[in-house]
Amino acid sequence: MARFASGDKVLVRKAYPPGHVRTPWYIRGKSGVIERICGEFGNPEELAYGRDGTPKQTLYRVRFAQNEVWDGYAENPKDTVDIEIYEHWLEPVA
Amino acid sequence: MSQHTHDHGHDHRHPPQPDIDSEPMGYYQIMGAALGELLIEKGVITADELRATIELIDSKSPEGGAKVVARAWTDREYKKRLLENGNATVDELGIEMPDTHLVVVENTDTVHNVIVCTLCSCYPRMLLGLPPDWYKAHAYRSRVVHEPRAVLGEFGTELPDDTEIRVHDSTADMRYLVLPRRPDGTEDMSEKELVELVTRDCMIGVTLPKAL
Repeated sequence: MARFASGDKVLVRKAYPPGHVRTPWYIRGKSGVIERICGEFGNPEELAYGRDGTPKQTLYRVRFAQNEVWDGYAENPKDTVDIEIYEHWLEPVA
Repeated sequence: MSQHTHDHGHDHRHPPQPDIDSEPMGYYQIMGAALGELLIEKGVITADELRATIELIDSKSPEGGAKVVARAWTDREYKKRLLENGNATVDELGIEMPDTHLVVVENTDTVHNVIVCTLCSCYPRMLLGLPPDWYKAHAYRSRVVHEPRAVLGEFGTELPDDTEIRVHDSTADMRYLVLPRRPDGTEDMSEKELVELVTRDCMIGVTLPKAL
């Protein structure tokens, strides 16, 4: 069952665990909005070490405003970046 | 130096043409080769299966993606299906994407999309073939995500200032294809003629298709 729905505001966990992590550094600690639910997928942080990837994680596409991602973003303030992020990296924003 | 012809006796040495494997293998090349050999040795895959997979990937080219785009430009219902369910809709044209999920993102008069994989080099290979070297380069991957308009400018692509640029970072299980806008002045062209206008780079989103 997906924890978040399209349109929900979410915060990416600001964590730096070792291992094979698919959450880019530049987006950790940033907040965005769920663009869509992509489905459930094996957790790459497990799969990378030969394990079976369970429990599966819901994967989301999250849309971030570029001028909130980068200090001093110099281009169009309406620009966005969409990133695929697994559920265990996301926290709700009130 | 005189023109080299081959109707003379070979009493001199040609400078050797470098072979593709002349250079010592890098760390990851050795790891890749070792992994392949181990998988074969342990019977997980056969040498022929590995070869056939390489052959399959090498057989793909941007023409596949161009056919999808041209169909979407000429068939409203196809385009609707493509944006809703990428995999099933490209399959209608014989393009199978068994291991990844396709998300097609549409350029409009207000939105321009561009694709990157900041973590590695994820790319819709079944639709576009192997990625160009620049797509895999650190410079593209690190810069397009925070100064897309500047990078597009270096590719010769100037967009209106108020166009909203959407970067799509392929970090996980999705793969992306940009559906460019059909160029003005192509109203009389057939689907087959339109295929010729759709280039690899406009499906990555670093340029726009041009009417010939």
